[in-house]
Amino acid sequence: MSDFETRTYSVTRADLVAYAAASGDHNPIHQDEEIARSVGLPGVIAHGMFTLALVARYLGECGVATGDVSELGGKFVKPVVVPAEGAEVTMTGSARVDGDETVVAVEVLCDGAKVFGPRGAQARLRA
Amino acid sequence: MDASIVGRSFPPPAPFEVTEAALADFAASVGQSYDGGPAPLTFPIVPAFAAMMGFLAAEEIDLSRVVHGEQKFSYERPVVVGDLLSVTLTVATLRQIGGNDIVGTTSAVTDADGALVCTGTATLVHRGVEEAEQ
Repeated sequence: MSDFETRTYSVTRADLVAYAAASGDHNPIHQDEEIARSVGLPGVIAHGMFTLALVARYLGECGVATGDVSELGGKFVKPVVVPAEGAEVTMTGSARVDGDETVVAVEVLCDGAKVFGPRGAQARLRA
Repeated sequence: MDASIVGRSFPPPAPFEVTEAALADFAASVGQSYDGGPAPLTFPIVPAFAAMMGFLAAEEIDLSRVVHGEQKFSYERPVVVGDLLSVTLTVATLRQIGGNDIVGTTSAVTDADGALVCTGTATLVHRGVEEAEQ
């Protein structure tokens, strides 16, 4: 098991607006506090895929080549709530060998809670 | 949602052309710069999301009641500029828990030659009205 350096990323509502435009995901729960609360959410939340895109960015910044990734995914267990003043997520990756392949688990924390469960977002790298 | 939906596939929306501008916008929205080469790893969600919207429209589901529970991509090759991607979404599983529908979908992303580029598997949580209003 080898660890990648921990990195912290800020998330603002402006980022979510930009991501909505770029991804086509205009679900209002990612932009509108009232609508988010009306469906039982604690407030505006980041798109799960925004956070997973940040994980992909993190992997790249840790030296993982896009073409080497055979799988990337995660289970969204806690939303990244983005108040008007913004939020922060912290990522720490750890790699382990699985047969011929390497599996990188990225633990993502927001307000001290795990965003992906149970072992973080997972990337599988080709040998 | 009715259990008969399991196994049903939804026709792909119009093919999605991958442009450099689309990749640059997507990368910029998560604080990256796109400088050529393969698309960001999660970029296939863009055509996959459009396919999901087709599924939600067909089922008359309001997007604001849908939360993404899980997502995985398995890649055959990276997406590149010039790809013309089509996505066929299939409902793989349906569970009903506490008034919510938990829908498992599989989205096959293919190129202009019909070759598989990647497969997205997702879990969507459709929050029931009663639960949200409690």
